[in-house]
Amino acid sequence: MRRLLFLLPVAVFVAIAVYFLLALNPNRDPQLVPSALIDKPAPEFDLAGIGTAPGLALAAFKGQVAIVNFFASWCEPCKDEHPLLMGLQKQVGAPLYGIAYKDKPADTEHFLTELGDPYKAIGVDENGRTAIDFGVYGVPETYVIDKEGRIRQRFVGPLSERDIAQELLPLVRQLQQS
Amino acid sequence: MIIELGHFALILALCLAALQSTLPLYGASRNHAGLMAVGQSAAVAQFVLIALSFAVLVNAYVTSDFSLATVVDNSQSTKPLLYKVTGVWGNHEGSMLLWVLILSLFGAAVALFGDNLPPSLRARVLAVQGMIGVGFLTFIVFTSNPFLRAHPAPLDGNGMNPVLQDPGLAFHPPFLYLGYVGFSVAFSFAVAALIEGRVDAAWARWVRPWSLAAWCALTIGIAMGSWWAYYTLGWGGWWFWDPVENASFMPWLVGTALIHSAIVVEKRDALKSWTILLAIVTFSLSLVGTFLVRSGVLTSVHAFAVDPTRGSYILVLLVLAIGGSLTLYALRAPSLQGGGIFAPISREGALVVNNVLLTTAAATVFLGTLYPLFLDTIGGPKLSVGFPFFNRTFVPLMVPALIAVAVGPLLAWKRGDLRGALQRLWVAFAAALAVALVGLYLAGFKPILALLGLALAAWVGIGVLCEWADRVKLFRAPAAETWRRARHLPRASYAMTVAHFGLAVSVAGIAASAFEVEQIQMLHPGDTLPIAGYVLKFDGTVKVPGPNFTADIATVDVMRNGATVEVLHPERRFFPLQQMTTSVTAIRTNFLADLYVALGDPDDTNGSTIRAYWKPLTPWIWMGAVIMAMGGLLSLSDRRWRVGVAARRRLPAAHPAPGE
Repeated sequence: MRRLLFLLPVAVFVAIAVYFLLALNPNRDPQLVPSALIDKPAPEFDLAGIGTAPGLALAAFKGQVAIVNFFASWCEPCKDEHPLLMGLQKQVGAPLYGIAYKDKPADTEHFLTELGDPYKAIGVDENGRTAIDFGVYGVPETYVIDKEGRIRQRFVGPLSERDIAQELLPLVRQLQQS
Repeated sequence: MIIELGHFALILALCLAALQSTLPLYGASRNHAGLMAVGQSAAVAQFVLIALSFAVLVNAYVTSDFSLATVVDNSQSTKPLLYKVTGVWGNHEGSMLLWVLILSLFGAAVALFGDNLPPSLRARVLAVQGMIGVGFLTFIVFTSNPFLRAHPAPLDGNGMNPVLQDPGLAFHPPFLYLGYVGFSVAFSFAVAALIEGRVDAAWARWVRPWSLAAWCALTIGIAMGSWWAYYTLGWGGWWFWDPVENASFMPWLVGTALIHSAIVVEKRDALKSWTILLAIVTFSLSLVGTFLVRSGVLTSVHAFAVDPTRGSYILVLLVLAIGGSLTLYALRAPSLQGGGIFAPISREGALVVNNVLLTTAAATVFLGTLYPLFLDTIGGPKLSVGFPFFNRTFVPLMVPALIAVAVGPLLAWKRGDLRGALQRLWVAFAAALAVALVGLYLAGFKPILALLGLALAAWVGIGVLCEWADRVKLFRAPAAETWRRARHLPRASYAMTVAHFGLAVSVAGIAASAFEVEQIQMLHPGDTLPIAGYVLKFDGTVKVPGPNFTADIATVDVMRNGATVEVLHPERRFFPLQQMTTSVTAIRTNFLADLYVALGDPDDTNGSTIRAYWKPLTPWIWMGAVIMAMGGLLSLSDRRWRVGVAARRRLPAAHPAPGE
């Protein structure tokens, strides 16, 4: 009995070690913040466009797989992400919509004329209301919405080439075929 | 060429570590003096080689040698010299090299200063130290080699994370590593004792100074990290229960238990297998901390780049080091003979209470740190455990611990007199009550936990002074007698008084943070902001170029009764290379309270957000930690470590020091 007591520390350690081993699983991303809205219908929104440009409403996506990117001209990681977005529509074969988060339309316009406009259409979310509905945590964030208007994937932070090639592209393909 | 010299020195150090971990061990089992002595020369040579290779890496950073991959990734030519040097350990590879440098420093110190150890014990300690060296040197050479070349060499590097470009980096990691790695000596002593199958008072005397030295360094390291966070993050926080902070706090808690339980082994020849276990667990927690920071299993401000191979390697290392030592413990510890009868009300009884509370506290921190990761691993919900969890688990454990701090030292060994001890503490009790009542009168019942904390701080602070007064018979004997006693009290006794007093100071600082005042406002030039009896007048910001950043420097007049008492200059620095902004806060302190001003985001109309805080007693948090560490150093200077009594007597010293 006394001997068993001395075995306790090593037994506890073995349990902890097994759990560390599981934690090392390379497919687990500790930075991933899952969305509570995954597989749920995307929240309704109907946003004005920049200046006289047409706006953006959820209804416009119906029947197609769409990528929605929340961005802002004041956001530095958005600038990092921007070159990847430029060719995204062609690369992925799905429309990319932008939602300008807490940004003055004039600033957004300036940002896009300077760096290029990768979006099919842009909605102005100046008070951040739509972003709150989506549960946006900070810009940039990117959502994949399926043909039925449900959120299927969420990317927090700037997209990387790896994200696009290994996750976004296969997912869009799969959703387009279903 | 110089780089290759450093690289080869590192590989040679690995070979020596391999010798050091085997030959002395074999020599000790065969009682072969020559083989046992290999340990000493190997340990010293290993230190010299690693120091050489570290110097080579420092040189590469200082001269901005962009043919080295780690310099490219973490440095840039325009960076100030200080950050070129500190940048050596501001990244994974370099910090690992610092880690083994300190490990080999401790190994060499055991080799050089261990003359009073029995040869077989010294040989075994050095062998275990060598094994740890082999583990980490192979880790560096095979997965985190700082001497890998970048080809072709770029013209400039990618720069260092701006957050790290602070003088804090010069001290915080080295002290932290001195603490973490210093506990490796206690670990090696524990494993060596298990191999020898003998633990006695002499063993405790040898192991305690090493643990104390590591503990002092860790105390300073943690305090510096907390202070650094306080003045750079710009939100006034100083502790976040961040997983990596916890990773340094757990070895501190268990290490604190260790330096206390080693006293019981030394004085009473009891708690042996428990002390051995604490020595193993303390260093194991340091290793776990290393694993958490470097394997990418969790996210934290401190985490280094994610690399699963490194994670797997460290996990193997953990299993060998911790699993191996705990298995050895399970096999050998039951045969260690405990001594002495234990009365619950006694000095040793109080030290057991201290140990139980500290290790339980460490266990709750462990749970709070790893439970979210555990849930995530098994696919459960993502959650983070923060202040509410620790306030409900950790704080209640600290309350009885703090109450016991004042009482324990007044109890005699073997059989104490609790009533007598409490009677001698009436001044401390009165002080605690007075603090609580004054607090209630001024602040009401709302911050009840903070009032309890302040009362406990008074109880501990005055309590340790009572204990000292009792020993020197202050006011109870003629002044000359008191003076004679005060001079003859052993240093260790003063050390305890100082360290426990430091604890009280820190507790007061922590508790008083509930009374801080916060003002966050958008100010335009000429606007004023009143806070805690001061008026802050914002005079606008100017743009000033720095070496590798541009700074917005604000001018804020601190006024009291209409007169300017100080001008503060909080800054925001923008680092174009990394596209990052950092904050340099301005703090006016009178050592009783901090007035803390941080510059926030500007708007289009020349205004800026100003965050101002008045933080009573906050500087005490770190002052207390420094006092605690000074107590530890004082204890290290006690004569009983120096004269090597233990070497000459195999049995515990029969006469206790005066006053004990």
